Amino acid sequence: MTFLLQMIVTGIVVGSVYALVALGFVLIYKSSDAINFAQGEFLLIGTYVCLTLITAYNIPFVAALLIALMFSAVLGFVIERIVLRPFIGEPVISMIMATIGLSSVLAGIVHIIWGHETRVFPKIFSEKPVNLGEIVIAPVYLWSLLIVVVMLVIFTLFFKYSKLGIAMRATADDQQAAMSMGISVKMIFAVAWAIAAIVSAVGGILLGNINGVNASLSAIGLKVLPVAILGGLDSIPGAIIGGLIIGILESLTGGYLDPLVGGGLKEVMPFVILVFILMFKPYGLFGKKEIERV
Amino acid sequence: MRNPFVMDCGEFHVNYKQDMAIWKISRVRMRVFILLAIFAVFPMFVSDYIIGLATLCGIAAIGAIGLNILTGFTGQISIGVGAFLGVGGYTSAILTAKVGLSFWIAMPTAGIVTAIVGGLFGLPSLRLKGLYLAIATLAAQVIILFVISRWDALTGGTAGMVLSRPELGSFVFYSERSYYYLMFVVLIITAIFTLNLFRSRVGRAFIAVRDRDVAAEVMGIDLFKYKVLAFIVSSFFVGIAGALLGHYTMVVSPELYSITVSIEYLAIILVGGLGSVFGSIYGAVFITLLPVVLRSGVEMLSGVFPDLSAVLIGMKEVVFGLVIILFLIYEPQGLAKIWKNIKDYFKLWPFSY
Repeated sequence: MTFLLQMIVTGIVVGSVYALVALGFVLIYKSSDAINFAQGEFLLIGTYVCLTLITAYNIPFVAALLIALMFSAVLGFVIERIVLRPFIGEPVISMIMATIGLSSVLAGIVHIIWGHETRVFPKIFSEKPVNLGEIVIAPVYLWSLLIVVVMLVIFTLFFKYSKLGIAMRATADDQQAAMSMGISVKMIFAVAWAIAAIVSAVGGILLGNINGVNASLSAIGLKVLPVAILGGLDSIPGAIIGGLIIGILESLTGGYLDPLVGGGLKEVMPFVILVFILMFKPYGLFGKKEIERV
Repeated sequence: MRNPFVMDCGEFHVNYKQDMAIWKISRVRMRVFILLAIFAVFPMFVSDYIIGLATLCGIAAIGAIGLNILTGFTGQISIGVGAFLGVGGYTSAILTAKVGLSFWIAMPTAGIVTAIVGGLFGLPSLRLKGLYLAIATLAAQVIILFVISRWDALTGGTAGMVLSRPELGSFVFYSERSYYYLMFVVLIITAIFTLNLFRSRVGRAFIAVRDRDVAAEVMGIDLFKYKVLAFIVSSFFVGIAGALLGHYTMVVSPELYSITVSIEYLAIILVGGLGSVFGSIYGAVFITLLPVVLRSGVEMLSGVFPDLSAVLIGMKEVVFGLVIILFLIYEPQGLAKIWKNIKDYFKLWPFSY
């Protein structure tokens, strides 16, 4: 029983990070109908920038985090302007291949600058485990959960009350109507990319604190795809719930089934679930069903 | 003197037979035969290394034509080609090494098995579209690779399997040259089949599905049947390419069929030209030779910039990504379209249109 609870708690923490990264995904899809295969590389670059600031320049963690987030935002802006702008309204395959190409370029740049070996974040959170009843949790997990929840709350409020957030929702709803109300749709796209880069950087820094940083961290960009699809590509609550579901299922698979098959099933499970869900709900759990007219 | 590039002046079709002809004028036919002859003869004059590269290009072209049937002609995006190549390679490996069948039975069987697996993963395509379908095929890639790397008893697990070169009677295809000819024959058959496929009802239906599937359904095309059929036909050729590749490199192992391979194949048909058989071949040559050219370029420059070779791997990724993005922005229809533009320029010369 303790083992089960332990697995579920771990799943929730990892799942919440997935939810955060998937949020960036959904945001871009909602506003500009683009799917971003380079999300994993955004995450990687944000993490490496933060790590370099801390280790090479001895900047305190919080300051380094803020600088890394600002850097990510600028990166998101620039990439949207240079690479993605020409593809607005182009067929799906162009969009997919453009972001795949982008991810290859970014991965190459990371490779050239930072090399391939795993680096470890300096210990920022205390290492003394916290006991919750029978479950033992590392503080880094608790902090991750806390940070993710805070960020999700901030974004929910942002979309609900701020002018920019409302403008973003309006654009997602109907681009033409938004334009006629004086909203700069281009600006909204750029902001969506910047926010996506920021949330992935946060996700990457948290995961980097848990597992260490190397280029394979960007694989999370692929793992988040099932999360976003499961919840429905255009649903923000869907991303959060999908993240938690996938996180918990992955953790349970890792705990119970992996010893039976010799490992590795944990990574595949999200995709198996994805295929089954898509069989029954082609637009994910909360996705908006598209109506097609000829 | 007549302009040698002016080919179809005075070309009038007066009956349907002429209109349907593959070679509309005899000079085009002659040009094709000369080209084929050049490719058939050139291995006699170049080194084994170059023949090897040509073989790899050709095998990639077979797989790319397969993928193009699905993605370029039918509009169903697949990010699972890498795994399907693996299914082909492994089927052939198991049939030749464990069951003891000859290569000539194993290769077509590999195609058929891959076609069945492809059709199976194509089943969701009726309800899924665009991005959702792309992610479902990505799931196929992950799941198939997992099965391959875990089914130790059958596939040898992560260690992979060793294959032998095919034999014909007492002749073994050991030399680079002989394998090149084997590949060449398969490539020609694939290309001719595919070119003819799109002159048939099935091929036209594929194109109608790509252009607008709802409209195609209204016109009486059974969407489910043709979408799954596209997956089957496409996977068949990908499986053949996988078997050929496996017997050429003489080894199959899971990491040879990762998602990077899927992306490479997508890049091939994109750079070559979506929905173009010859484009698939140009793209295969381009993408296969890109790292080779890059490496020799780096070696040449390493005297000037000694640090350059250290960043070669990273640079490959950057160049690969840049090629995709630049093609998408400046010539979305790929090399096939560029070649057509060049031909059109000369055809109309000295006028611009």
